[in-house]
Parts: sequence; structure tokens; C-alpha cells
Amino acid sequence: MKPAAQGEILVPGATGEGEALVLTAPISFWGGVDPKSGRIADVRHPQCGETISGNVLFLPGTIGSSSASAVLMELVHNGHAPVALVLHEPDAILLLGLIVAREMGWQTPVAVRLESARFPAFDGREVVVATDGSISIR
Amino acid sequence: MTLALSAEERPIADGEHGAGAAMAMRIVAESARLLGAPRLIPIASAHIDGALYHGDSGTLFAEKLVEGGARVAVRATLNVGALDLMGCSRVRLEEPERGMARRMMEAYRRLGCEQSWTCAPYQAGHRPAFGSDVAWGESNAVVFCNSVLGARTNRYGDFLDIACAITGRAPDYGLHRPENRIATLVFDVSALPAEFMASEIAWPVLGSLYGREVGNTVGVVAGVQGHPGDDALKAFGAAAASTGAVGLFHIAGVTPEAPDVKTALGFGLPQATICVTPDMAADAQARLSTAEAPDAIDAVAIGSPHLSLAEFDALESLVAGRRLTVPIHACTGRHVLSKLERNGRRQALEALGVVIVADTCVVVTPILADRPGGVLMTNSGKFAQYAPGNTGYSVLYGSLADCVESAVAGRPVFSEALA
Repeated sequence: MKPAAQGEILVPGATGEGEALVLTAPISFWGGVDPKSGRIADVRHPQCGETISGNVLFLPGTIGSSSASAVLMELVHNGHAPVALVLHEPDAILLLGLIVAREMGWQTPVAVRLESARFPAFDGREVVVATDGSISIR
Repeated sequence: MTLALSAEERPIADGEHGAGAAMAMRIVAESARLLGAPRLIPIASAHIDGALYHGDSGTLFAEKLVEGGARVAVRATLNVGALDLMGCSRVRLEEPERGMARRMMEAYRRLGCEQSWTCAPYQAGHRPAFGSDVAWGESNAVVFCNSVLGARTNRYGDFLDIACAITGRAPDYGLHRPENRIATLVFDVSALPAEFMASEIAWPVLGSLYGREVGNTVGVVAGVQGHPGDDALKAFGAAAASTGAVGLFHIAGVTPEAPDVKTALGFGLPQATICVTPDMAADAQARLSTAEAPDAIDAVAIGSPHLSLAEFDALESLVAGRRLTVPIHACTGRHVLSKLERNGRRQALEALGVVIVADTCVVVTPILADRPGGVLMTNSGKFAQYAPGNTGYSVLYGSLADCVESAVAGRPVFSEALA
């Protein structure tokens, strides 16, 4: 059976479909992700060099700077954001980037909450996160 | 839990004070909902991290607030921007980014923010009262404000900081509530040698270890003899907030909410105790460097957080009039620059090869020479954390004295024994 899960909507947004990228370590968006391209730039992060752009991004946790929201909003504005975000815990600093992008009238990816223990089943698969928060494999 | 706006707040959200204030109130309310806060509380001041250019989206947001007639309702200082408006250093930001960064800084000025442009506002005259609620951004400023001043703030991200300043409100949540300020973890440094604890690198090294070990838990540091001074606490907090989501720490006998360990723990038992060994400190110190035994260094950067006047005094006495082989980028705010300029100290340092950087710093905007694979030496735990990702330089960590000797020699010089 294909894995599926029901995420809790944190910030509503458009349905997102893309390859699941499950981060294996927490990340700081500011300093850790290039705001121009969505590439993971933190050399201490095990997935340095991979890109979050166009992926369904599974985040076990976030660390560091209070500029994470600005980086995420910039990625939304320049078209390099993940197509959906799945967070173990709601991170208000990061998600604010989506809230403000909505205020600006830009289309934002959906962000949902799901226990990180369920992340590995989705890793590398083609995943759909729907507007109702359901997470499924295509 | 649903958020209830007060009779005073609802009309603001409905647009009675203009479109800008309404947008700000919606952002604060939406964040409160996300955080599960039942209400908003009044704030005494704000420190705004959002005026740093990361791309056009932030400029467009600030200009939309200005167009909507928004103004800050409380004292609001500004964190670093992407440009050195004082003209001390050359920022290699080209058009159109340069123009957009300038427009952003101007928009925040028009919203009524103070032109402080520093990540150390607490050393530039902005020190909120003990126990007061404020909304501060910039992770090092947040942790200093909570821990050293005992004012209460969460880690306000870009955009929420200015939205709180405009509405004069913040979500009643997290570190605003006394029960969440109690330590649940002890970080015991009493096993570390006294000579290490007295060294300048002890605080940034322990800060980076602390942040990695505790994450977002509130902890109390035990075993510290005497007050290490504001600059040491600044370095500790900045390093801790760059390796972990640290918003508040206590140091028994030093910080205002921790007269002793028991009080900091709220007279309860800790959920964990970390006994820091000399090996752990040595490992934390080694992890601050990413460069492997380089033969030469390309630049030195100090001043994250921004240098105080006392730190410039130390720099001057260590340089001792010698000509530098590689530049030392000394990042600071205009609150210090104005004092340095009073008696020619700025010009004297610059003549020796010190590049003073004001209003901004070398990891937030391109100032260092474009040199992929270059080696940057620093005494800052925060620079060590962020320089590789943001500048492309690898990092060599050392004390201020080692940084100065290395800048004079043009190659790494380590005088002091490691931990």
C-alpha cells in the first residue's frame, strides 16, 4: 500500500506536487538556503548542494536566524520555493514568510504539520500535498 | 484556542487607521493564531531585523506599508541593512539590487524607525526595562534582551517585527509568559579550567556548544565565577543563537532572573544536566573552523555582533601601530563610529589596514573580496557559523589576539594553548 497521511494545515495554499526532499537535519533558512535559487548552502548540513526549489520539503526542525521568513518569502516571489512544506513543528518565524506573501497577493505553497517519524516513507517519492492537508504518493 | 482581538484592536484590523496598519494587525493576528496565543499584549519597543535586503520581496512589502500610511507606534531601532550608508566600506552590491536595498532602508525610515543600523542595539542606548514586553528581531539581540536585560521578547522574524511595532502589540505567547522563562536544563561549566574560562574565546566557544546542546530549551549555566561583562555575554548569546534556536539563557549569579541555579529552575528539578568537559569545549572550538590547516589567510572579520568601543580599544592595543598584511574587517554601528571619529582613531586604524564596516557586516552583504575558497579568520562564533554559507570563504577560528597576529603575518598564528 502506498503511504499516505493527513497533515494539519498550518498556512493554507495551493496544492503542491513534486519530489519529496526529507531533510535529515534541522536547517537555518537564512545562511542555510540561497534565497536566489533555493539551493542548500550550509556546508555543515548533510544535504548541502541539494535544492529545495520545486520539491515537497519535509522539515524535521529549523534553527538560527530570525530572517528565515524573508528567505522563504523571497523564494515564493522569485518562483524558487518548495511546492509544499511539511513541518514536524509549526515554526512561526519561517511560516510568517508565507503569511506575508499571501498579504502581498502572491500564490503560496501549502504548509502542513506531520510527525517527523512519518517522513521517511515519503523520501524521494513523487508526493502530492492537497489543499485539505492530505499527503499522498502519486 | 482562538484569538480574541480587543475592542481597540478590531477597528485597526478593519482598516480604520489605514490600510498599512490593517495589514500589520492582520499579520500579528495571523501569527498569534499560528502560535496558539489567546490574545495580543501591548509592547514597549521593537528592534527591526526586516530592513536587510534579501531580495525584492522585502522592499515591496515595506513600501506597501508606507503606501498604506503606516507608522511605528513604539520606539523601533533598526538592525543592520545591506549597505554601508556611512561610506566606510565598499559594498559590492550592484544595480538593480543596490537600488532596491536603498529603497528598503528608506521605506523603514519613513515608517518612523530609528536609523541605528546595528545588531547590538543594547549597546547603542536601547535597553528596555527589566520585565517589560517588547518585540525584537535579530537572534543575538533577542537573546541578549531576554537574558541579560530581563525584558521579554520572542524571536520575532522579519515582517512580524515591523508589524508589531506598527500595531504596538505582540502575541501573548512563549517568553512573554513568566512560566516559560524558567530553566529546565543545567549547563555546568565548573569542570573547565579557570584559565580557559578567563580567555576571550571561552564565551563564543561555549555559546556555540550551548546552542547545539540545548536547541530551544531554556537553560541555566552553572559554575561561572564573577560577571564576565556585556561583551562576553554578547558573544555567548550570539554564538548560541546561531547554532540553536536559543531565545533565553540564564547564568547563575550573573543574569537578572538567575540569582542562583535554584531560582532559575523555578525551585524545580532540571530535566537534564550537561556537565561540560574540557574535551567538549575543545571539540566545540575545533568545530568553529572549517578550513583545514591553511598556510595563509585572506582576511580577518570581527564584530558579529557589532563591536563595542571597548572592543575597539582591545583591537587598537593588539595591533599596536603595526601594518596589516591582510585586512581586518571591523564591523560596528554608527553609535561607535561617531566616537571613533572624534579623535582620529578611525583614520589611524584605517591607515594600518583595518577596514571599518558600519551599518552592516561582512556576512549579510558582499564586502569581502570575491575569492571562492578564500580563508577568513574570525573570533566570532556567529561569523564562524554563517561565513561559509554566506561568503564562500572557509573559516579559521581564533582569539582576537590570534586574529591580529595572523593579519599582521598574513598566515595563521596561534599563540594561546587550545582548551
